[in-house]
Amino acid sequence: MNATTGPLATRRLILQGAVTVALIGLGNLPFGIAPARAAANDKYPEDAFKQKSQADAIKALYGKTAEPSDKIKLDAPEIAENGAVVPISVTTTLEKVTSISFLVAENPNALAASYRIPDGTIPTIANRLKMAKTTNVLVLVEADGKLFSAAKEVKVTVGGCGG
Amino acid sequence: MKPRLAILLGSVAAVLTALVAASPRVVAADKVDPAADAKAFQNFFFQKFPKLKPEEFVNGPYSMDEGLKRQWQEKEEFPPYEFALDAGKEMFATPFKNGKTYADCFANGGIGIRQNYPYFDTREGKVITLELAVNRCREANGEAPYSYVKDEMASLTAYMAFTSRGKPFDIKIPDDPRALEAFENGKRYFYTRRGQMNFSCASCHVQSPGERIRAEILAPALGILNAMPIYRSEWSGMGTTSRRFVTCNSQTRAVPLEPQSDEYRDVEYFLSYVSNGLPISGPGARP
Amino acid sequence: MASTIRVRATSNGDITEVQALIQHPMDSGFIKDAKGELIPAHFIQELKFEYNGKDVFVADWGPAVSKDPYVKFSFKGAKKGDEIKISWVDNKGASDTTTAKIS
Repeated sequence: MNATTGPLATRRLILQGAVTVALIGLGNLPFGIAPARAAANDKYPEDAFKQKSQADAIKALYGKTAEPSDKIKLDAPEIAENGAVVPISVTTTLEKVTSISFLVAENPNALAASYRIPDGTIPTIANRLKMAKTTNVLVLVEADGKLFSAAKEVKVTVGGCGG
Repeated sequence: MKPRLAILLGSVAAVLTALVAASPRVVAADKVDPAADAKAFQNFFFQKFPKLKPEEFVNGPYSMDEGLKRQWQEKEEFPPYEFALDAGKEMFATPFKNGKTYADCFANGGIGIRQNYPYFDTREGKVITLELAVNRCREANGEAPYSYVKDEMASLTAYMAFTSRGKPFDIKIPDDPRALEAFENGKRYFYTRRGQMNFSCASCHVQSPGERIRAEILAPALGILNAMPIYRSEWSGMGTTSRRFVTCNSQTRAVPLEPQSDEYRDVEYFLSYVSNGLPISGPGARP
Repeated sequence: MASTIRVRATSNGDITEVQALIQHPMDSGFIKDAKGELIPAHFIQELKFEYNGKDVFVADWGPAVSKDPYVKFSFKGAKKGDEIKISWVDNKGASDTTTAKIS
């Protein structure tokens, strides 16, 4: 797959080209040495946002693996009206929640948003994310030092890698 | 006739026949009768979508699909046109260099008047749209006109539409043969196939609302202008009625006309008139 | 210039619901302009909500958050008439701050 340029390139080609660029860019990254972030850390998780795959992003962000939980309710559309603006929300009955993160599996970089939840803030969030194509949206909830997850597939017919 | 093929291949004549059939009385093909046309047009949509209330048609594709509607409702909690609306409000209130304002150009100071546009100017013998009236106001006050397809015009008309929300379209066709001709011309443009895909406006927005065309769900023609201007996720920004007409033409691989050319103005006149009675809902959000 | 931040904070007894919409391009860095040149990534990295000098919600964002980003959350302990402070900083170092009254 070559990056395609020029005024006649379609939107799809532009997106593919962009992914290529992203891959090249990531080639220079030191994989696996990103330090895991402690739950209470208040620094912007730059490394986690640079990881390409979901697994690497989770590792960089939390340094541990997540187990699925039915105490997390992830709400996302079956079919996104446009990949540029996909409304996604989550709520959970888990206790002692300290952070909630959203990942989009097949975006150029999986991690989309990570929220720090101090004491007294209710673990319910709504936001709007970009999705490049049909894939799983994964939400991670860090609660009482453990990591839990829920996922839902969202079909994307108009990709929203940019915009 | 429900399969997609039938929808795509169905002729303009079929629609026109359906429209006439839906009308309570027989309309002679050579007589221009906008009131009968509007009634038949509305009846066609009411019968095609019996579960929808008339005012729901102004929500375009969101009136056609539950999943889409939920995403829209979620967006409306803090709508993406919010910034354009604020900008438009400020523009509207800011005086021109000569000290006058938009309020001086319009009836009722420009507030709550969107539903009266376009109107037919009997002096000039032409259709005057809101976008055209805005630029004439600017030029009359020594300001450069706005681009018809860019953000300033969209923001300003967004604010003017917002102050008119809920007011039913009230388009008049004066007793003037030129007004009837403008209506008829707009109707002709709307039903005429053109471009490499051989689509008319009606192919999508009368025959196939609610169907998917590639990835998008088509909006019904009834009420389609009530939501203008719109924030389209596809554009990642705002667009005017002019912009929508131009992009509709290019999407069907037809040659777009100049914004605010006579034909586009006539189409807007026709489409607005046949949506008389449906509330203004602009600015709108669309996929 | 008007603030880039729009906030609605409404109190419902003990719980305050906060919605914010921010005017920002959130360029992903994966899109090309009309000339075929990549538009460099430009996105909000951190968005903070403070109440009483304490963080009540902090968003860390990457470029996959939609243009003109929106977020909604709720927190306990504030009441009608109180103020919250909202601020963001992007990857180019630009920032904006505003306050909003809870209604």
